[in-house]
Amino acid sequence: MAEYLIQTVGLPEWLTWSLMAVLSAVLILNLMAGGALVFIWAERKVSARIQDRLGPTRTGGSFGWLQSLADGIKLLAKEDLMPEGADGMLFRVAPYVSFCASFAAFIGLPFAFDMVGLRLNVGVFYVVAVLGLEVFGVILAGYASASKWSLFGAMREAAQVVSYEVPLGMCIVVPVMLAGTMDLVTIGEKQAGWFTNWYLFHDPFTFVVFWVYVTCAVASVNRAPFDLAEAESELVAGFHTEYSGLRWSFFFMAEYSSMFLVSGLAAVLFLGGWNGPVPLATLAGLSEGTGETTGALVRLLGLANLLGKATLGVLIMMWIRWTLPRLRIDQVMTTCLKYCTPIAAAMFAGAMVWLWVFPGGVLNLDDGSRRPGEIREGWLEGPGGRAPAAATAPASIPAEEAVAEVAG
Amino acid sequence: MMQALVATHTLLAAGSPGINWHGFFFLLFALLACGLALAVVLADNVVRMAFYLVLSLGATAGLFFLAGAEFVGAMQLMIYVGGTLVLLIFGVMLTAQEPFVAIRTSTRDKVLAGVVGGALLAVLLQAALTGPAWSGHTAVDASAGVSQPTATPLGMALVGVRVDGDVASGQPSPVDGQVRSGYLLPFEIVSVHLLVVLVGAAYLARTKRRKSSASVRDEALTGVVR
Repeated sequence: MAEYLIQTVGLPEWLTWSLMAVLSAVLILNLMAGGALVFIWAERKVSARIQDRLGPTRTGGSFGWLQSLADGIKLLAKEDLMPEGADGMLFRVAPYVSFCASFAAFIGLPFAFDMVGLRLNVGVFYVVAVLGLEVFGVILAGYASASKWSLFGAMREAAQVVSYEVPLGMCIVVPVMLAGTMDLVTIGEKQAGWFTNWYLFHDPFTFVVFWVYVTCAVASVNRAPFDLAEAESELVAGFHTEYSGLRWSFFFMAEYSSMFLVSGLAAVLFLGGWNGPVPLATLAGLSEGTGETTGALVRLLGLANLLGKATLGVLIMMWIRWTLPRLRIDQVMTTCLKYCTPIAAAMFAGAMVWLWVFPGGVLNLDDGSRRPGEIREGWLEGPGGRAPAAATAPASIPAEEAVAEVAG
Repeated sequence: MMQALVATHTLLAAGSPGINWHGFFFLLFALLACGLALAVVLADNVVRMAFYLVLSLGATAGLFFLAGAEFVGAMQLMIYVGGTLVLLIFGVMLTAQEPFVAIRTSTRDKVLAGVVGGALLAVLLQAALTGPAWSGHTAVDASAGVSQPTATPLGMALVGVRVDGDVASGQPSPVDGQVRSGYLLPFEIVSVHLLVVLVGAAYLARTKRRKSSASVRDEALTGVVR
């Protein structure tokens, strides 16, 4: 597309590259904003069904499709209030800090094979590091609001997120260990094939560790039953008590997009990423490299797979939220320190032993055409592909030999 | 379109003739880091200082990402920015009372800090500008150095295997012919050290006397975490 703009339309190069960069950013922004609209509607409907109600039924037809849009218009029209004693600059900037953190984390998340904002060699690490910054906006908001409710909410959130990062990191290390890389694209690619190749079904330990991950992920994005930072029965609305209008909605957009992000991360790490449960494209003899059009179609299928899995994850989080009561802060800490961390550590050790005992895996139903763990880098290095990768390919060979030596 | 995006990265890295994007973003991040660092010094409010510090460290992480050192960049975000976050929390907890919110620096302290900082800057600048690699560095060199960086050798070295020449295999490094060992021992020492610190912190922070469950709950409800 960039070449087309330069050669045919005749745009200057710097403008074209800026446009391409803006296009990628806008795609992610739209995913966040549009996703938040859909998820808020879904949250209303899911909570209503669980509580034996109907939820929104009138705005935009019988299912209330347009309820979120109406909410959005209401939020836009609301007055932007700031408490008198507030620290003005920090109060204004806090929602954007939260939002930017969850936006920046999306840059490293692959949506289909090699369809990723920036393919990082340490993708998982980057995503987790950036996602942890979201709490920063919450703490700033809590401090700057000059309100005790907000401050309490922010302090709780800080304690919770900082402690849950430990078991979360341990859970993430397990798939990283199985894949032998922190590159999210490679991790997803190694789970290609039937759903039995997913790391969720790799061995019993990864199966358990996935559920620990789910618990920690729910806690780290502050969803009920871990939503102590908001706790409306105790703290009015926690850290966003003093916020109204558009700034408040930025917090919500950040919350919903980080829910989507941790679900997407779960999908890539444990649920095969963009590889469907049944390798439809492979059965049809197609892959991302078979041609311009079919390749795009396969990618689109992968995109649908990943978005579907991530959406399912968000729906499960809603289900959990409307089913379980909120935990007390000491229960939250007990769950983290006495259950999640030891279980994650034991499962990590178990997965390590399993890898040593069964190096090839047990449930290895291979369809023959596309082996799990085979990385389709070859066609990327062809003409028009990623040229620099080919240049450095020899450098990575000694590393693999060294790995083989250690394993042998 | 995907290939176009991939090509975008390649070309951006190589530097398109129109604008030197690498230089542009380097300047942007460097100015951000320096300006925000100045703001840390000049701000009065403790929490604002911490906020500027986080932004400054974040801009430094941006510089690392720009240089292709993704691992170091992510580390910077995780350790420094995350660590400052904890600093911020303490700032909020300890200075929420009125008299401590604003910190005014006296003129004497400012002059002293200026002299020390200026001297350090002069030494660093002298060291940086006289380094041999700096003078001959051109845009061409930068584009030739573009490669797919990988953290694998680093990780292997941490578990004791040097990809570029190993003591165990007796393989000399292809770069300078020396036989090197990995970082397993330092890594283990640091790990044990950190473990000791963790255990010590938990020991110091534990509740000294038994409390009734009701009072524990009251404390929990106020959100105070010890």
